[in-house]
Amino acid sequence: MSAFVNFPAGAIERIEGRALVLSGDDIDTDRIIPARFLKSVTFDGLGEQVFADDRLELKGTHPFDRPEHGGARILVANRNFGCGSSREHAPQALMRWGIRAIVAESYAEIFFGNCLALGIPCFTAPHEQVLSLQAVVISDPARSFTIEVGAGRLQVEAGAGETAAFWDLKLAGGARQMLLSGQWDATGQLLAHDAELRATVARLPYLNSFAAA
Amino acid sequence: MSAGTLYDKVWDLHTVAELPGGSTQLFIGLHLIHEVTTPQAFDGLRDLGLGVRHPERTVGTVDHIVPTTSQARPFADPLAEAMLAALERNCAEYGITLHGLGSGRQGIVHVIAPELGLTQPGMTVACGDSHTSTHGAFGAIAFGIGTSQVRDVLASQSLALGKLKVRRIWVEGRLPKGVYAKDLVLHIIRILGVKGGVGYAYEFAGPAIDALSMEERMTLCNMAIEGGARCGYVNPDATTFTYLKGRPAAPVGEAWERAMRWWSTLASGADAVFDDEVRFDASALSPTVTWGITPGQGIGVDETVPTPEQIEPNERPIAEEAYRYMDLVPGAPIAGLPVDVCFIGSCTNGRLSDLQAAAVVARGRHVAPGIRAFVVPGSEQVAAAAEAEGLDAVFKAAGFEWREPGCSMCLAMNPDRLEGRQISASSSNRNFKGRQGSVSGRTLLMSPAMVAAAAVTGHVSDVRTLLAS
Ligand code: SF4
Repeated sequence: MSAFVNFPAGAIERIEGRALVLSGDDIDTDRIIPARFLKSVTFDGLGEQVFADDRLELKGTHPFDRPEHGGARILVANRNFGCGSSREHAPQALMRWGIRAIVAESYAEIFFGNCLALGIPCFTAPHEQVLSLQAVVISDPARSFTIEVGAGRLQVEAGAGETAAFWDLKLAGGARQMLLSGQWDATGQLLAHDAELRATVARLPYLNSFAAA
Repeated sequence: MSAGTLYDKVWDLHTVAELPGGSTQLFIGLHLIHEVTTPQAFDGLRDLGLGVRHPERTVGTVDHIVPTTSQARPFADPLAEAMLAALERNCAEYGITLHGLGSGRQGIVHVIAPELGLTQPGMTVACGDSHTSTHGAFGAIAFGIGTSQVRDVLASQSLALGKLKVRRIWVEGRLPKGVYAKDLVLHIIRILGVKGGVGYAYEFAGPAIDALSMEERMTLCNMAIEGGARCGYVNPDATTFTYLKGRPAAPVGEAWERAMRWWSTLASGADAVFDDEVRFDASALSPTVTWGITPGQGIGVDETVPTPEQIEPNERPIAEEAYRYMDLVPGAPIAGLPVDVCFIGSCTNGRLSDLQAAAVVARGRHVAPGIRAFVVPGSEQVAAAAEAEGLDAVFKAAGFEWREPGCSMCLAMNPDRLEGRQISASSSNRNFKGRQGSVSGRTLLMSPAMVAAAAVTGHVSDVRTLLAS
C-alpha cells in the first residue's frame, strides 16, 4: 500500500502545521470534488483535483492554489461543511492534497464519518471563534498551529513579544477516543465482536423467516 | 432523547455492541452497492486480507455511470467501462448478487431495492450513496455511508455509528392537485434549512403522510438528506404492506403473516417521545421551484426570487452567491423564466407514478422550440411498466427523448450533461453549482409534472394551470 505512505496512521494526538481558510456555508462535496473525478476505480490523483471547478473559476486565487498555503495541514471552514453527496472522494481529495484536520462551525454527518475513517478529525467551534481563527490565518498565513486532540485545543504559535492564543475545539467523544487510541479505522473493532454479530443475526426477525416475531 | 420511536426500536434491535469511545456497532440488514463508491472498498478488503461476511445481505446494481442512449458493451467511455467491469468482477468473486444491465432488474439503486421487495420495514439499510435515506419510506433506518464504511459493512455487516436524535415532522391536510411529494419536501427544506436536520432522523407523520403512496413517501424520504437529516422515515402501515406483497424478495405464505405482525409493532407509539417536533400543512402548498444553489433555496412557483431583506442575515452570503451564479434578480418572478433542458428522472422522481404525472402534462402537447427534454426511467422495471402503459409513446409524440434507465443528468457522470450556462428544469435532488456536468450550468429543482410543464411551455410554468386547461 505504498500510496498510503504519509497518510494518517496510528494514534493521532497532535496535528501541527499551517492553516488555510475556506469561507462560506454549505460547501458541498460536489464542490470539493466534482463528479467527473469519481470515474476511477482508485482514489489516486484526487489531491490535485480538490475544488477543481472553484479553482478554475478563480484562476489561481483560490486558497488551495495560493503559494502561501502550499503544505497547509489545517482547513478552517464555516457551517455545514461537506454536505451533499456521501462520496468519500471528498475527504480523500482533501487528505491527498495535505489536509490533516478540519475546524468548522458544523459538518454534514456523512462527511464527518468519512473523515474520521481516514484519520482526519473534524473539530467544531462556535461561529465567533471560527471567525476569529479565520482572521488570524488570513492575516498571517505563515503561522503555525498546533491542535492537541486530547485537550481539544488549538494553539497559534506566538510571534516575538506575543502571548500564545488558544481556541477551544470540540470533537464528538467517540471520535476523540478513536483517534487517540489509533482505532479511528473501525474495522478491527467491528470484527472483534464475532459472537455478538452472530447473536444479532439470530434475533433479527427478517433473517429468520420472521419466526422470532 | 427519543423513546418509543421506530428509530429507537430498530436501533436497539440492531445494536451489536457498544464500542469504546461511545459509538454503537450497528448491524446492517441490507447493504446496497453500485459501481462508483465500491471499487476502493473491495480493494481495501483485499489489502486487509478480509472476506465478505454476509454476501447474501449485499445486492448490487449499476446506475451512476451508465449511458442512457445505448447500453451496448463495452461502453464508449473506457473509464465507465472499467468501473462497471470492476463491480462485475467483485460481485462474482465474493458471491454478491448483481442486477446488471439487461437483467430486467437493473436501475438506480434506490429505485430497484424497493421494487424488488428488498427494502422492508424494521431493517437497517446502508449504501455508499447519500440518498439511501429513500428506503426509510418503508419504516427502515436507512442512511448513506462512505467507501471506508462500505468496506466495513462488507467485512463485518456492521458499522460504528452515533445515534441520532429524532424530529417528528407532522403534516396536516392533503396535497392539493398539481402539488406533489417533491413540492412538500422542497417546502420542508426551505423552512427548516439545509442544515436543519443535522444530528436528526426525520420521522414524517400525520394525515398528509398517511395519504401518500409508497412512491411519494420515497420521494419525501429521499430528500431528507438535502435537509441535513441523514435518514428520514415513515411508519409502516397498510400502504407499505400492500406495496410489498408479492414482490420478489417479500416473504410469502405464513412468513408473510408473521412479517406483517412484526412490522405492525414497529411504528412509533402514541407514547413516543421526540427530541423535537415541527408541523406543516400540506393543503396550503404550491408547486415549489428552487431558484438558487442549495435545495433549501426554494419558492412557490407563484412567488418571486427573495430579496436579501427577506433572507435571514446568515443565509445572505449564500443567497448573494446564488443570485450571481444563477443570474437571477432578487424580486423577479420565477414563473416565466426560460429553460434550456428538461430532465425527468433520478432516484427522487424516476418512478412510474412520476412518469405518469409528467405524461398527463405532456399528452397532446409538444416540447417548446429549442428545448431539449428527456425522460430517464429509474429502472428497467419502471421502463417496462411505463412502456406497457404507452407512456413512452406519449413522451415521444410530445418531443421528449425516451432513454434507458440510470442516474443520467442527476449528476452527469454519463454523457448526459448541461453545456455552458444552460439552465435545466430537473426532477432530481441537487442544484449545487456544477452538479449537472457543466461548471457554470444551472439547475431548477421541481416535480416531474412541473418539469413537463416547463418543457411544453419553454419556461417555468405553474403546472396547475396546464392541468386545468
Ligand atoms: S439518481 Fe442522482 S441522487 Fe440518485 S443515486 Fe443516482 S446520482 Fe445519486
